[in-house]
Amino acid sequence: MTIRLGVPSKGRLMEKTFEWFAVRGITLQRTGSDREYAGAVGGIEGVSLMLLSAGEIPRELAAGRIHLGVTGTDLIEEKLALWDQLVVPVEELQFGHADLIVAVPAAWRDVDTLDDLDAAAAAFRAKHGFRLRIATKYHRLVREFLRGAGVADYALVDSQGATEGTVKNETAEAIADITSSGETLRANHLKILSDGLILKSQATLWRSRTAEMNDTERTTLSALLSKLS
Amino acid sequence: MPNRSETLAKAATLRAVFEAQGAVVVEPPILQPAETLLDLYGEDIRARAYVTSDALRGEQMLRPDYTVPVVQMHMAHGAEPARYTYAGEVFRRQERDLARANEFIQVGYEVFDRTDPAAADAEVFALISQALSGLGVKPVTGDIGILMAAVEGLETTQKRKDALMRHIWRPRRFRALLDRFSGKTAVPASRAALLAGDLHNDAPMIGLRSAQEIDDRIEALRADAAAPAISGEQVSLIAALLETREVMPNALSRLYDLAVDLPAISGAVDRVAARSDALAARGIDTATLVFDAGYGRVSMEYYDGFVFGFRADTRPDLPAVASGGRYDALTRRLGQGGEIPAVGGVMRPGLMLELEGMQ
Repeated sequence: MTIRLGVPSKGRLMEKTFEWFAVRGITLQRTGSDREYAGAVGGIEGVSLMLLSAGEIPRELAAGRIHLGVTGTDLIEEKLALWDQLVVPVEELQFGHADLIVAVPAAWRDVDTLDDLDAAAAAFRAKHGFRLRIATKYHRLVREFLRGAGVADYALVDSQGATEGTVKNETAEAIADITSSGETLRANHLKILSDGLILKSQATLWRSRTAEMNDTERTTLSALLSKLS
Repeated sequence: MPNRSETLAKAATLRAVFEAQGAVVVEPPILQPAETLLDLYGEDIRARAYVTSDALRGEQMLRPDYTVPVVQMHMAHGAEPARYTYAGEVFRRQERDLARANEFIQVGYEVFDRTDPAAADAEVFALISQALSGLGVKPVTGDIGILMAAVEGLETTQKRKDALMRHIWRPRRFRALLDRFSGKTAVPASRAALLAGDLHNDAPMIGLRSAQEIDDRIEALRADAAAPAISGEQVSLIAALLETREVMPNALSRLYDLAVDLPAISGAVDRVAARSDALAARGIDTATLVFDAGYGRVSMEYYDGFVFGFRADTRPDLPAVASGGRYDALTRRLGQGGEIPAVGGVMRPGLMLELEGMQ
């Protein structure tokens, strides 16, 4: 049997991950056609490559179906309760940097902190008859963050994409989303709250705590990890 | 660990105790409309209750407790006075601790009675205390009404009192607001700049929150900045109040001392004294009963007067075996114009059996 390594199957995240491994003497490549999610590993014996959606990698690690996986801290912490009992961060890969933040319309010059957001939410609910809506796909992280900060009278609304547009479309009053440069936020006339940083994320190599290994696999894993560190 | 049928049998005997008091048995549905609970507790309830949905009725929650449906039922068509009892599952979503049950049996007793709130408080507490005797559990009591009265009595603006009252169940946020209103924490630079009129921006207005609402809030912030700070003396009185944790007779004398400087709490303290007498009349040893003025301040609760809980000293890992309190304001919120003083409590027969097994 082999050590199973899960890597994002698409785009820049896949390319950067391949580059990161290549620098350390491990070549990862897709095999077959461009549309086929199969891969091959060079530079070490006994490791197989699984190309997966970045969003599914946390679940696969937690279930022990892969031994190692590359995905963002944001996805690990959002999707896995008690994540630190399920996975261990091995290396931060120094790309895919993104912050999970709370942002409000830049025109809200009275709102700069979570404290302001809470007060604005109370007034908003009294005036409009419903709770101030925050669009996000990171429900658990955002809820825990706002609860810790004592923000009340808000409601999370689900947004799986184009979250920055929800305020203009009047389906939300504020957003909580991932941003790397802040460019999209600015283009959509939004600003980050000064204490609105929920989580700093980057692409990270994780090791599963639950995946089973025999002696051969254990040897392969330590050989692989010593090349990568 | 007791199995499910043992727990159900225990629940039935406990419920029979309340039935013998004349309580009507109620069985609200397991699926509750999510909207009522979301309205009451906000987004935080999603971390505590299981949410499900269908295309016709929208979001539903597996009942996280019985009190809300029982209050709704009573306010819709209950006769007065009324006593209700129930036994059945409640469901609690768990995201941090696998050891905590996500489904367990609760037995409860709820009293809707205007005549003598102190006697009703004592009735609920004494019945539960009797049912728990021999299990080695210890009660703590408190009264959220005292803190609410203290806030209402502060020498400050109504807006500040409202803000504190809104966060009365969130101790950390409450403290932060009090520090802000008393001038203990500095005004954030962004707020100072805003009030000085230094913050201009030409960002376009987007979203439902209007320019008028922004101006209104800035106006309110200006008024707040002009209002005098809450005095340090009043802040220390609130702190002293919250630190009160003593056996009932000592707690009462300390509360009466505090009431000299905080006359607004006198009525609430009188109610604690009346309850103490009513408890004694029911055979509770108030000389050893602990009163903790800070007890019961946890989010997602609805108690606004008497609160109590029973825990096992020998098993600090277990949650409270029984808990309850007074929730007059909840009847007002769910009452569509009506209201009635109400008090209730719940027990966990599964935990009781576990403790019996240890005796």
